[in-house]
Amino acid sequence: MITREYTTNSALQTKKLGIKLAERLQKGDVIALCGELGAGKTCLTQGICRGLGLDKATPVTSPTFTLVNEYRAAMPVYHIDLYRIASDEEFYFSGLDEFLKDDAVTIIEWANKHADVLPDRTLFITITFGGRLRRNIRISCDEGYHDKQKIVF
Amino acid sequence: MNILAIETSCDETSAAVCRDGYEILSNVIASQDDIHAHYGGVVPELAARRHIEIIGQVANKALEQASAGFEDMDILAVTQGPGLIGSLIVGISYMQGVSYRYGIPMVGINHIEGHLTAPLLGNQQVCYPVLGLIVSGGHTMLVKMDDVGKYTVIGRTLDDAAGEAFDKVATMMGLGYPGGPLVSKLAQKGDPNAIRFPRGLLRSQSFDFSFSGLKTAVLYKLKSESHPIPEQRQADIAASFEEAVADALVKKTLRAAKQYGIKTITAGGGVIRNARLRTRLEKQCCKHGYRLVLPEPILCTDNAGMIGTLAYYYRDRAMLAKDNAIDPIPSLKFVG
Repeated sequence: MITREYTTNSALQTKKLGIKLAERLQKGDVIALCGELGAGKTCLTQGICRGLGLDKATPVTSPTFTLVNEYRAAMPVYHIDLYRIASDEEFYFSGLDEFLKDDAVTIIEWANKHADVLPDRTLFITITFGGRLRRNIRISCDEGYHDKQKIVF
Repeated sequence: MNILAIETSCDETSAAVCRDGYEILSNVIASQDDIHAHYGGVVPELAARRHIEIIGQVANKALEQASAGFEDMDILAVTQGPGLIGSLIVGISYMQGVSYRYGIPMVGINHIEGHLTAPLLGNQQVCYPVLGLIVSGGHTMLVKMDDVGKYTVIGRTLDDAAGEAFDKVATMMGLGYPGGPLVSKLAQKGDPNAIRFPRGLLRSQSFDFSFSGLKTAVLYKLKSESHPIPEQRQADIAASFEEAVADALVKKTLRAAKQYGIKTITAGGGVIRNARLRTRLEKQCCKHGYRLVLPEPILCTDNAGMIGTLAYYYRDRAMLAKDNAIDPIPSLKFVG
């Protein structure tokens, strides 16, 4: 496992980290976001989507109720939320595996709930509270990941 | 014209018989809240499975209450989206079967449009334009309505929907599911001014909403309290949270009505059942001279009655299932 840690001191900085990360992303990438309620998973996703060229007029909102939001950025972005998915079986039953596509970037919130459904190429991002506004953001990927430089800014 | 309607976009399995775009003869709703309470949210597979089990009974009950049979129906109306794919499929497939069997044309209806128009249709006193506020678990938006089918979205949430904030705050406070009613119940005993929680984007000129910051503020408040938090303090936190949501929704709605010169305001969606929000809307509309048209509580819930009344206005689009299959569209856009 290769790991890099970053610290942000505001929601804006978290968004900016997302924009930076997006510059390294390519089609087929899957990002697993882990962290408590209010950690900033949707916030980081907003940054990633902007960084991937999504126009500012399109709001990037929480997919908790909709399960999947789809955005038309430079490439398709699927924004999935497993908050309400109770088992791996339901992940497949709901057809969510169909959004792990080679021609899109897929971002999955509450991914730690069902880590077994994620492909090997997944980048893991864990956000923890470091204070009122501070967040510790740990990005990690497998040793065999095709582009280790992706997580080093 | 008799219309049989089915709504299965999320939790509720509902069937209704409606007449001529204003009369709801029956409106049967079977809720899955008891099943989902165990899981702390809507569980898609369970939702779909339960819809399959009971949809036939629910439809028959709706027909029975309206003293009618399938052969008396002129049109079939079904929710096409937005919603959970597995749940939408059940309602649509059921209606396709009925369409084949009885040769009745069917039409797909937008769930959000159903909520928006529910209190307006059949109300002779309503003059367009109307400003509509939709607040539910998955949606929060302000819509300028110039007529049935002519809408402009002028504001929406930029992160969490208001109902989602209620559910997540309920989870943080360990209250269970469905979160909205449980937070409201706790809030009744609390002081809404005990804590000043942030009102997202209230100072912004736009009519967009944000509830993510409020959710996080409640989380920090809960963490900063000494545990176990006394019941009165919990009630104060719940009431103050509710107050922040209501304040943001009501102020923006009135500001939008003023800017667009709209005299009639309506609101729909599950969160509109919230007593504090309803009271605040009523008071403020009265104070500033706006006419407020609110749906009865049953029409705030996901229900087929609103789908069946609206379908009358789209009756020209109805087609036999064998001629044109209706596909479920989970992210069906609200047509502007």
